[in-house]
Amino acid sequence: MESLTHTIQAVPLNHYILLSAIIFSIGVMGVLLRRNAIVIFMSVELMLNSVNLLLTAFSVYRGDAAGQVFVFFIMALAAAEVAVGLAIIVMIYRNTNSIDINVLNRLKW
Amino acid sequence: MSTFYFIAFLSIFFSILVITAKNPVHSILYLILTFFTFTIHYILMNAQFLAIVNFIVYMGAILVLFLYTLMLINLNKESEPVKPFMVKVAAVFGGGILAVALISSLKSLGVSDPVVLKNPELGLVKNLGKVLFNEFLLPFEVSSVLLLSAMVGAVLLATKDKETKATI
Repeated sequence: MESLTHTIQAVPLNHYILLSAIIFSIGVMGVLLRRNAIVIFMSVELMLNSVNLLLTAFSVYRGDAAGQVFVFFIMALAAAEVAVGLAIIVMIYRNTNSIDINVLNRLKW
Repeated sequence: MSTFYFIAFLSIFFSILVITAKNPVHSILYLILTFFTFTIHYILMNAQFLAIVNFIVYMGAILVLFLYTLMLINLNKESEPVKPFMVKVAAVFGGGILAVALISSLKSLGVSDPVVLKNPELGLVKNLGKVLFNEFLLPFEVSSVLLLSAMVGAVLLATKDKETKATI
C-alpha cells in the first residue's frame, strides 16, 4: 500500500479536476443522447461518481477528512435515489410497456 | 504517477462505452468497470474506506439493482429506442461545449500543486469513523431516515395497485 500511494505524489490537482470534468461531461452527454430511461439513470450515476472523485481528491489535497465524509453521504443518497428511481421506472414500464422517455412527453405540460 | 494516467484513461474509455453501447446490459457491465477504475483511484489516494464502500455499495448493490431491474423489464437490442441522428449530434455538441467550457476555465488556473497525502491516516476507517460520529453525527442519523423512507417509497411505488392502474 505504501508504494501505491507514493505513485500519486506527482499528479497535479488540475489533472484530477480535468478527469472529473471530462467524466461529468460524458454523463451529461449520456443524458442528452439516450432515450432509454435506465441508461439515462446510469449517466446520472456517472456524474455523481465524478463529483465523488473530485471531493476525495480535494479532501486528500487539503488534508481534511470532511470531504470523504461528504462522499459517504453522497453514496447513501445515491443508494436511496436509485431505489426510488428504479421503482418509478418499473412502474412506468408496467403502465406503458416501454421505457422510452418520449412516451412520457405528456409530463412536459 | 503513470498509474494515475493509465487508470484515468481507462475511466474515460469505459464511461464513453457506457453511453454508446447499444445493448443496455453491456452499458451496465461497462459501468461496473468504470466504477472499478474509480475504486482504484480511491486506493491510489489511500482513501481505503471509500474504496471499500464504493466497491460494496456501488458495484455490489446499486449496479446489481440496475441489472435486476433490466432483467425484470426484459429489454433487448430491438426494443432499444433510437434518437434521430441530428439530435445525437446536438447532444454530443452540447456535452462537448460543457467539457470545453470547464477545461478552458481550468486552463486559466495555471499549474497547481501536486496532490500530496500529508496525513497517511486520513482515509482510513478509524479516522473517518471518528469524524463521522463526532462532527457529522446528526447528518449520519438523518441519512438513516432517508434510507428508510427510500425503502418504503420504493416498495410503495413498485407494488401493483389495481385501482391506480385502472385510472391511468
